[in-house]
Amino acid sequence: MKELSVPDELTGMTRAGRDEMARQLARDELKERWSLMSLTLPGFMLVLFVLALPLAWLCWLSMFDASGALTLANYERLLKPVYLSSFLVTFQLAFCVTVACVLLGYPLAYLLSQLPERASQILMAFVLLPFWTSVLVRTYAWLVLLQRQGIINNGLLSMGVIDQPLSLVNNFFGTAVGMVHVMLPFLVLPLYDKMKNIDPLLLSAAANCGASPAQAFRQVFLRLSLPGLTSGITLVFVLCLGFYLTPALLGGGKVSMWSMKISDTISLFGNWGAASALGVTLLVVTFGLLFGLRKLFGLNGGGKR
Amino acid sequence: MLKLNQSVTPTQITHGQRLWLYALVALILAFLIIPCLIVIPMSFSASQYLEFPPREWSLRWYRAYLGSSEWMAATWMTFKVALVATILSTVFGTLAAYALAQAKGGLAKLVEGLLMLPMLVPIILVAVGVFFVYSRTGLNNSITGLILAHTVLAMPFVLIAVGNGLQGFDMNQEMAARSLGASRPWAFLTVTLPQLKLSICSGALFAFIASFDEVVVALFIVGGDSSTLPRKMFANIRDQIDPTVAAVSTLMIGLSIVLLVAMQYIKKQEGAQQG
Repeated sequence: MKELSVPDELTGMTRAGRDEMARQLARDELKERWSLMSLTLPGFMLVLFVLALPLAWLCWLSMFDASGALTLANYERLLKPVYLSSFLVTFQLAFCVTVACVLLGYPLAYLLSQLPERASQILMAFVLLPFWTSVLVRTYAWLVLLQRQGIINNGLLSMGVIDQPLSLVNNFFGTAVGMVHVMLPFLVLPLYDKMKNIDPLLLSAAANCGASPAQAFRQVFLRLSLPGLTSGITLVFVLCLGFYLTPALLGGGKVSMWSMKISDTISLFGNWGAASALGVTLLVVTFGLLFGLRKLFGLNGGGKR
Repeated sequence: MLKLNQSVTPTQITHGQRLWLYALVALILAFLIIPCLIVIPMSFSASQYLEFPPREWSLRWYRAYLGSSEWMAATWMTFKVALVATILSTVFGTLAAYALAQAKGGLAKLVEGLLMLPMLVPIILVAVGVFFVYSRTGLNNSITGLILAHTVLAMPFVLIAVGNGLQGFDMNQEMAARSLGASRPWAFLTVTLPQLKLSICSGALFAFIASFDEVVVALFIVGGDSSTLPRKMFANIRDQIDPTVAAVSTLMIGLSIVLLVAMQYIKKQEGAQQG
């Protein structure tokens, strides 16, 4: 840079003056950077007050007893059967819902990505409308569909397929169905995006090289869509772990999810220590899975691209 | 005309060979859409119980909804909270997205991580945490408390939408305006902001729906008198299946459709702007 600068004789500047100017510029830059960051301040303070502070408080509550002494009693309590069975149910449900979402979501996203633009746009509305409709409204609709006197039971009874109403809701099954309905768009939307970006010429090339349609699909399309699928799976699984609303309404008190245990521990027993230990564990598992799975899948996906 | 033996994929699979896939996807689409539409006809039933299809039609449950001061109060409360939370989260989120798009370094990453936190933390923990802090600051049962919590929950949506918009934006335009004598805020307002309009609108739509539909935090921090619409619906669904909820649900589905159409319109405009 030195060679390019204007000689001091022409500008009438001294070396000291130039240094002073450089320092001034650096100061200005720093000032500008800080004034830029200060724009994030309102949002930052709000999240700090409403979310980060309470979470830190929960961590503290879970580890220290009323006298302020460090204790692991709250975490030891989590090993009791009633909590363990709740963890088990939560993971079972999250697993089943994720598998169902993959089985339903993959063919759906695949076909949508293959159809002509106009047709796929119209059919996309079938995915987007549920996505934009309140979870509460949809859960209510499932209750109406699945309950003992509900539409499905009444329909099957009047057609003579069954003679006793099936118990479709207030159990694991009903909860899973409602949750799959909520989660499916979360899997389909990123997956569809990924599939849309797969060049169809790659499949033609595979066919040209002698691959059967099934081989071309498996070895080219499936592999290329895998990163979209894994990010969808991660999202759905993690969202399931912390899900509250749908299990609370469709579980009928029989499906005791992790999140419901937290809420019950506070509202029924007022036990903040136990509830916060449950909460902190949920938080750690959620973030662990979110970043752990992302890293794991990210490496795999990167290798295959 | 659709020919069954016409090949449709690059690997020469024909429509005929894919009929099973069409049938499967039709079933999946039905699974997705039926629960969104089924309550609409049921809400127009004249009977005291939910029926499908209704034997007699009436607006009875809509009158019940409109005539109930509790439902009306909850509705206005929800709109009020959602509107204020949308405005706050859109302003704060846009400012933050604008700053973070230009800032580099560890601090910016940290701030961004914190601002995205509300989207990642399970909602039940947000609710419990907020309840805990509010009970010590007297914000429980207050509309201010609910607005603040909803603003925090809605902000990540704005951050993402505006951040996406800024990715396609050339900051040099603002530099050019500043070199011509505009102050930084003026350059932002007259050069950058008009071009971010659509992204900000889509962020605001997301923010509105996030607040409008929010139940779990409201369940924890809102008292009996100042219930929001989703909170009242939740209690109603749990305790009895009252067809009034079907009428309210239908209205909420209508709102979702309006917002979805608005969103598609914004996307279309964005596409036109870029292409």
